[in-house]
Amino acid sequence: MAETALLARGLTRRFGGLAAVRDVSLALKRGSIHALIGPNGAGKSTLVNLLSGELAPSEGTILLEGRAIAGMPPYRIARLGVGRTFQRSNVFRDMTALENCRLAAQARHPRSWALHERAQACGPSIEAASRALAAVELGPRASVIAAALSHGERRALEIAMCLATEPAVLLLDEPLAGMGPEESQRVLALLRRLRTGRAMLLVEHDMDAVFALADVITVMADGVVLASGTPEAVRNDAAVREAYLGEALTA
Amino acid sequence: MTGVRRALPWLALTLLVALPGFAGKFYIDLFAKIMIMAVFAMSLDLLVGFTGLVSLGHAAFFGLAGYTLVLSAPDKYTAASLWTSLPLAVAASTLLALAIGALALRTRGVYFIMVTLAFSQLVYFVFHDTKLGGGSDGAYIYARPKAQLGPWTPIDLGDGTQFYYVVLAILVVAFAFLRVLLASRFGHALSGIRSNEQRMRALGFDTYAYKLAAFAIAGALAGVAGYFAAIQFGFVNPEMLSWHESANVLLMVILGGSGTAFGAIVGAFAFILLEDAFSLATRHWLLLMGGFVIAAVMLLPGGLASAGERWRHRATASSDG
Repeated sequence: MAETALLARGLTRRFGGLAAVRDVSLALKRGSIHALIGPNGAGKSTLVNLLSGELAPSEGTILLEGRAIAGMPPYRIARLGVGRTFQRSNVFRDMTALENCRLAAQARHPRSWALHERAQACGPSIEAASRALAAVELGPRASVIAAALSHGERRALEIAMCLATEPAVLLLDEPLAGMGPEESQRVLALLRRLRTGRAMLLVEHDMDAVFALADVITVMADGVVLASGTPEAVRNDAAVREAYLGEALTA
Repeated sequence: MTGVRRALPWLALTLLVALPGFAGKFYIDLFAKIMIMAVFAMSLDLLVGFTGLVSLGHAAFFGLAGYTLVLSAPDKYTAASLWTSLPLAVAASTLLALAIGALALRTRGVYFIMVTLAFSQLVYFVFHDTKLGGGSDGAYIYARPKAQLGPWTPIDLGDGTQFYYVVLAILVVAFAFLRVLLASRFGHALSGIRSNEQRMRALGFDTYAYKLAAFAIAGALAGVAGYFAAIQFGFVNPEMLSWHESANVLLMVILGGSGTAFGAIVGAFAFILLEDAFSLATRHWLLLMGGFVIAAVMLLPGGLASAGERWRHRATASSDG
């Protein structure tokens, strides 16, 4: 069994009287893709925000490689090795692709404060940025301003920015949203490659992609976990079929 | 065209260096005042343009440095030492910026504007309503600070021309400092925060600490400007820390164009020269000034410093088609 990188136990988040996430437990293992699916409003994005520190849990614990991180600010969780992308494309639009990744890599650089050295002369962070761009096959587009990239390229750039921070855990919030079939195929191949050595949580609506890619699938509805297991087990789970998958998988 | 653009700042600098050679005392004093305000405007640009923090309380740091100079002199007829009073004034401004920033930076957007305004008004009323620094009348500075090295006095701040060159040197150093900062990793992190703070946090940046550092540096630089402004005016009064002063310097930044440091300098020159020209022409000069600012912002949203660039774009566009 692969080792667990991120372990969440009994996570609950309330907004006023409403529990957006209720008693959710989850184990992300190194080298595996863990998909999180569920209808809109199921609490998927809230859960990602809890794991990345954007939101503090009302109850429950989160262990990153055995270390409790629940309630830490997002920047500390990021530095400890949790990288995330956002549902809506979230890059620095007025910077080039390389500069986006260089800035990301700088977050891990010990002297990111240095005032006198030119950022563009910072070797280690440029190297990390170039590696990350190459990993998502954006190398030839390095000097293009992010605003001028295609939608698919921007999504790939976001993943590259995460990679540049060398995370142990990747939280990807709908990386395929708004992509054409060809772009989707390219990103799927990328995610498959990235699985090695990392734990990955994938929130995605594209069921074909999820079932083709995921090692483990967790299904959420109304803030609770409905089922969790291998794609095969989830596909055959009666509660899941009724609540969510419905017709989509009977064919 | 880019050659002209490159040459322009150097041409301006040459003119400023040569100015005391051909201009009278009135203009030497006027340009010294403008350059002091340009340093003040640049310090605010670090917040507004570089980091995306619009502060409406920046005069607090400017004014506090002036008051620190007054309060650090043994009495009002005895000159303070430049070597002790300047660091003291800058330290006071920096500490105030750290204190105000630490609280104000917990808010965002329009709340940040209101909180910085409220804190600076607090400082204003401390000097306005207490005996500290002469109350609402302020205090005179009869003797300009002395720059002595043992028996030798390298600079006489009482001499208009020497004072002018000291201020010019400070303007050049402050500009160079901000350009280096802008190109550094710290500067890149600030522009990342300006364009997307949430992303920066998710990447592992302690954005609060970065913003606080920028706020403190801006406060220190505003303190340098305020110290020399007090010397030149020959007095301090609570108006120096009022929100009018904060709004004026913000106008200079917006007028000149934010985010480059150079725009802030252009804005300070345009603002003060126009203020002078309009107030000579009519009693209702504030009306003219307001109209000009509105027109400039509508016609040149990137600020006056971007005028050349826009003109060039238009020229290439029309020659293309």
